[in-house]
Amino acid sequence: MSLPIDHGAESSSVELGGRRPLRGWRVLRRSPRMVVGLCIVLFFVLVALYGTFFIHDGNALSSNILKAPSAHEWLGTTQLGQNVLTQLIASAGPTLLVGFAAGLLATVLAVVVGIGGGFLGGRSDDLLNLFTNVVLVIPAVPLIIVVSGFLKAGGIGPIIVIIAFTSWAGVSRVLRGLTLSMRNRDFIAASKLSGERTWRIVIVELLPNTVAFVISGFIFTVIFAILTQAGLAFLGLGDVNALTWGNMIYWAQVDGALEVHAWWWFVPPGLCIAVLGTGLALVNFGLDEVLNPRLRSLRAIRKKPSVFDDIPLGEAP
Amino acid sequence: MKYFARKCGFYVVALWGALTINFFLPRLLPGNPAQIMMGKIEETSTPPPGEYKILEHLMGVGQGNIFSHYWSYLVQVSHLNFGYSFSQGLPVIRVIYQALPWTLVLVGTATVLSFIIGTTLGALAGWTRNRWLEALVPVTTFLTSTPYFFLALILVYYFGFILHWLPLSGDSDPLLLPAWNWTFFSSALEHAILPASTLILVQLGGWMMSMRNMTLTTLSEDYVWAAEAKGIKSRRVMIGYAARNAILPSVTNFAISIGMVVGGSILMELVFSYQGIGYYLIQAVENDDYSLIQGIFFFISIAVLMANFIVDMMYGFIDPRTRQA
Repeated sequence: MSLPIDHGAESSSVELGGRRPLRGWRVLRRSPRMVVGLCIVLFFVLVALYGTFFIHDGNALSSNILKAPSAHEWLGTTQLGQNVLTQLIASAGPTLLVGFAAGLLATVLAVVVGIGGGFLGGRSDDLLNLFTNVVLVIPAVPLIIVVSGFLKAGGIGPIIVIIAFTSWAGVSRVLRGLTLSMRNRDFIAASKLSGERTWRIVIVELLPNTVAFVISGFIFTVIFAILTQAGLAFLGLGDVNALTWGNMIYWAQVDGALEVHAWWWFVPPGLCIAVLGTGLALVNFGLDEVLNPRLRSLRAIRKKPSVFDDIPLGEAP
Repeated sequence: MKYFARKCGFYVVALWGALTINFFLPRLLPGNPAQIMMGKIEETSTPPPGEYKILEHLMGVGQGNIFSHYWSYLVQVSHLNFGYSFSQGLPVIRVIYQALPWTLVLVGTATVLSFIIGTTLGALAGWTRNRWLEALVPVTTFLTSTPYFFLALILVYYFGFILHWLPLSGDSDPLLLPAWNWTFFSSALEHAILPASTLILVQLGGWMMSMRNMTLTTLSEDYVWAAEAKGIKSRRVMIGYAARNAILPSVTNFAISIGMVVGGSILMELVFSYQGIGYYLIQAVENDDYSLIQGIFFFISIAVLMANFIVDMMYGFIDPRTRQA
């Protein structure tokens, strides 16, 4: 829902995102939300990449059954004596892999369909746009559940593909709008006149100007993919023995963690998903603020005296 | 008028797309799904006469080429006859009729409520730039990033298992029969509180954030300044000038999000064993009851398309500019 689908904002933000190159540090200084978000995401990426060096076997059993969190087992143990913290670390990798891989694939599709269609125009654009809008209104999650039900998909690969193929349309629509508004700008006309090839114009002239929106769409899809994969795992679809945060909650529910009040078993993986999702969403809010300066002007507006400050307006805005 | 005709055309295409997906799904299966299903139905009950023919039509197998399969599938679907569900021991259409009202009322109410609450909070946050409302943003972002089923689990655990305030699962007291009386109604309401809260809490943040952002964007438009300069009352500027335009993107998103909510409610219904459409879809997937899967996916698609269609039609009235495009 945080996708900038609003057409009203598009036209105004294009100029700002397009003309001035984004300088990393200035962006970060302006948006504390983005800094917090990046730190959270970076933390989970590090855990996913290097966490497994510190643990032996994520699923190792032990005789300590259903122990509450203590100094020895920080997050307690499961019904089979598995250490919840170890499981959590081992699950970070596969969970993030699904999220980022599906996000990447969906973004590539969105760029090809959205920017390609928008730039080509004419009949092919009409068709691609119609296709995009149809995909957009067909309910994605039920479709994913049904397809995984029919496929009996084992493993992570098929799930990545299914999620990617159902979640690219929203981003594609935004990118198409953006491309349409840029297609007739002077700098595109100039490169056309100087005889550049179409694919070169798209890649060298057009794509760099949409990069912030592509990233924002990518992050949005990653959040969707992680949430969807967790949901599928919780339904017991896909490989139930793979270590992901969704599967941890699935087993906790199946083995009756609620009935025995073992909150430490299902709360940590859910919290990890939610915190990672929040981190990614905060990065997106930061991007929004960069793309649309009116959003970040919260403090600036307060300080700047306005023309209307002297006029009593009841409860002044 | 052209706007409405074009929209109608679009939804016909979308409906055709959904039907076609539903047609190709059973082809993912190895073997002959109609025979497999027939075997399963015979295990538990005597199938109604002509059942095998219906299954052949729905699963797209039997004599003829793919086009004749497709045609007989469309004819079969247009009769709304999806065959017999062996896992529920009822015709598919009966299962759906039973479950549909529960989901529609619950999801519909929760979606509209969260839209109203979230949009109002967002408009207030953007307009007043209130520090407390701004502080809500990270909280609602966190809730939005929480998986539906996880929040549902937490709520069940806390209010059901620890506090014993609310029932753990189900759509109403199992001893009561559905009837138009207060006992049944209050029982259904009591069972709906936790599922509805889950849906509302998860969705709230999205509405709030987009409305806040759009309000901030709209507030710096010239016509808002002009209205203020003319001395129009603050409240009127906020509602009639700023909010009216700021809400437009939210209305578009509202249509798209209906599809998402239906998806989220599937997981939520599983946690609460709330016997709506999603609950039966999961039952069908777990039992490989392909007739039921196909029937339910058909109805979910129709419901989401209809909701989108209605919102699109409303949008034409709310924002006259779209009708000219």
